[in-house]
Amino acid sequence: MSTMAIPQAAAAVHLHDDRPFIRRYIFSTDHKIIGIQFLFMSLLFLLVGGLLAMMMRWQLAWPADAQHPLPGGSLLPETMVAQGIMLPEFYNSLMTMHGTILVFFAIMPLLVGVFANYLIPLQCGAPDMAFPRLNMLSFWTAVPAGVLMVAGFFVQGGHAAAGWTAYAPLSAVPEYSGVSTGQVLWTVSLIILGFSSLMGAVNYISTVINMRAPGMTWFRLPLPVWALFITSVLILLAMPVLAGALILLLFDQVLGTSFYLPQANGEPLLWQHLFWFFGHPEVYILILPAFGFVSEILANGARKPIFGYHAMVLAIVAIAFLGWIVWGHHMFQSGMNPMLGNTFMFSTMVIAVPTAIKVFNWLGTLWRGSIQFQVPMLNAIAFVAMFVIGGLSGVFLASTPVDIFYHDTYFVVAHIHYVLFGGSLFGIFAAITYWFPKMFGRMMSERLGKIHFFLTFLFFNLAFFPMHNLGNAGMMRRIYDYRQYAHLADLQPLNEFISLSAFALGVTQLLFAFNFLWSLFRGKKAEQNPWRANSLEWSAPSPPPHGNFAVTPIVYRGPYEYSSPESAEDYLPQDQPPAEQPVPAPDLVPASS
Amino acid sequence: MSHAAAIAIPQRQPMPGMGVYNLKLGMWVFLLSEVMFFTGLIGAYIILRFAHPGDYARPGEVLNVPLTALNTFILICSSVTMVKAFAAAELGDQRGLRLWLLATVALGAFFLSIQAIEYYKLASEGFVPMASLYNVHGPDGALLGQPLYGMTFYTLTGFHGMHVTIGVLCMSFTTYKAFRGAYTQAGHGGVEIMGLYWHFVDLVWIILFTIVYLI
Ligand code: HEM
Ligand SMILES: [Cu+2]
Repeated sequence: MSTMAIPQAAAAVHLHDDRPFIRRYIFSTDHKIIGIQFLFMSLLFLLVGGLLAMMMRWQLAWPADAQHPLPGGSLLPETMVAQGIMLPEFYNSLMTMHGTILVFFAIMPLLVGVFANYLIPLQCGAPDMAFPRLNMLSFWTAVPAGVLMVAGFFVQGGHAAAGWTAYAPLSAVPEYSGVSTGQVLWTVSLIILGFSSLMGAVNYISTVINMRAPGMTWFRLPLPVWALFITSVLILLAMPVLAGALILLLFDQVLGTSFYLPQANGEPLLWQHLFWFFGHPEVYILILPAFGFVSEILANGARKPIFGYHAMVLAIVAIAFLGWIVWGHHMFQSGMNPMLGNTFMFSTMVIAVPTAIKVFNWLGTLWRGSIQFQVPMLNAIAFVAMFVIGGLSGVFLASTPVDIFYHDTYFVVAHIHYVLFGGSLFGIFAAITYWFPKMFGRMMSERLGKIHFFLTFLFFNLAFFPMHNLGNAGMMRRIYDYRQYAHLADLQPLNEFISLSAFALGVTQLLFAFNFLWSLFRGKKAEQNPWRANSLEWSAPSPPPHGNFAVTPIVYRGPYEYSSPESAEDYLPQDQPPAEQPVPAPDLVPASS
Repeated sequence: MSHAAAIAIPQRQPMPGMGVYNLKLGMWVFLLSEVMFFTGLIGAYIILRFAHPGDYARPGEVLNVPLTALNTFILICSSVTMVKAFAAAELGDQRGLRLWLLATVALGAFFLSIQAIEYYKLASEGFVPMASLYNVHGPDGALLGQPLYGMTFYTLTGFHGMHVTIGVLCMSFTTYKAFRGAYTQAGHGGVEIMGLYWHFVDLVWIILFTIVYLI
């Protein structure tokens, strides 16, 4: 048999790293550098996706209104904006690309690409990933996927415009949406991205299973590792299904098959089933990691052990499992057998149970804690609050009779954004501000961070809460000019208010960008353990050297022993040996004979 | 008496890990995702076929089942030779390892050639994957199958063929390395994970053969 890779590879620590620049920062196999590469890439896409949203909101505030020409519209080609007025086709591209870019190239890589790479080896006490070169390949596969996606804006025939869910037959043949090349690029780009995520997932799963430090049992793992591990399992099992569905779509687009085309006996609903069989687990891919980060940060900020650690782990597993059997709730209105609808309704509602367990455990963690309101903590608390609102609107949508009314209205848009922006993105802000000192060896500015947090929280709610009302009033999503309907024309002032709040929200994000870049160079030097946290990454220098730990750490306890009576300090690192040894080592007793 | 350690490190901490080396674990994990890939495609096939039974000919009407049965047998044989190769590696039998690997590559290539011949014959009878050129007719001119049949048939068997092709290429590389003496009795993880992949691809074929050719 081959040699077993026992996870104690005491890392060769290169304090004086003499690899050339390219090997060190561009084609690096170091999981930390790859995480940081993903960070820069996905923040860039976050900016692009946000910019597209601003343009959409301009259109919705003053639909096709010559009094309010789109700022900078004259710079865009006539096929997108004519005489300052956005064309409907371009609006469709904007909403498609906004969703696609933010889901696949911003939030997903931010949560998984950045933090699975950065945190898993460090929190497990490993010198690197199980397959460092595969890891590098995973990043360098994601980049061309992103380039292809954006390139679609510049091709003849226009960009993808069938929505981020690319419902067939709209997405499958040019006759319907009027675009082809762009839609094909969209498909190819996501197939490539699927490969990248898959390589990542194989790596993360193998690393968590095989590379943990001695003593790091499953139930001593920090919750971010648990969450990222389960998320990787979801990616591993969901992405190939999407890839298969996309390949069939690509065949329809370019080879003349008709898998999804009704005119030759294909099934449009087949696309919806395959897409949402991936798509619902995907929404948990977009939130579970944030659950993990927030758990870590809440315990740290409250200086208390996380409430119900085991329940938290089991809830993550339960949510991930249930996520597989509820995809049909996206198709209640697509012509489904009503009995099937009931099944999907009940299974969806069951997810509320493990979700509620998590929320109550977070509240239990905060209860009577000596809470310190630092920036990561503020964002983590906001995460819990916003996620609850988004989760509640989810229960509305999950009940079939209510969904008849709400389906494809702005109520759904409000729901998506409460979970994805109020949830995932606040989780990401919490995580970036919390681990920034470890990543770059400098602190982010607390003051700027707080201003950014409060403004974001305010404008986020001003922009997205009223969308529930738009949905109640019957305004459909993905609409270019609602004013052409008499019953929606009155919604213009509310839409204008939402848009102004959204612009303010967008501008506020520049504060974050500034804080990030400024702190990168000018921030206060960080100590090794600025948050006085327990998990292993804080026992490595900031930033950790290639190979992470000088000596393989040995783990004695779980990661949430805050305010433990065992320790004089209010924290107790996982790798600090117990104060007194239960059994004295016989070798150390002086031999008397 | 010996003084083992100067510093007291209680080493009684449990050792994590699966007791499987990384590469093998990684291959297992990867194959799980492959299971999902084929599940999606087979699911699509089943849904389309159940929704439109009229589009599909009965087994044997269009497809040459005996030829493919022979091909299935060849692929199963290649799994056997793969097992022999791995067993030889376990025993440190270099000659056996090389010969059995060569045999596996050859059988894999043989399978692909027969599949290519099958595709060629089917296409020349008008059985093609495109919706625009559908309608398969029997010798007496009767309509045997419609567009979905060709599309799903070529997609399913084609993706499997692609997996076999990748397998043959990787296996050739493994064989090349075996001839260079890269695998020892103590270290032959490369052969083992190659075998895992190969058996998986065989297994998928047996399922596809049953669903596409027999049912
Ligand atoms: C965990 C975080 C969640 C995320 C990230 C999320 C995300 C999303 C997204 C992106 C959509 C829109 C899909 C589209 O574009 O058509 C959506 C719709 C939906 N969500 Fe969620 N969701 C989450 C939680 C929930 C929960 C907990 C429930 C139910 C208890 C739920 C029920 C629904 C339903 C029923 C729809 C379909 C609405 C319709 O189209 O009529 N979601 N969700
Ligand atoms: Cu869903």
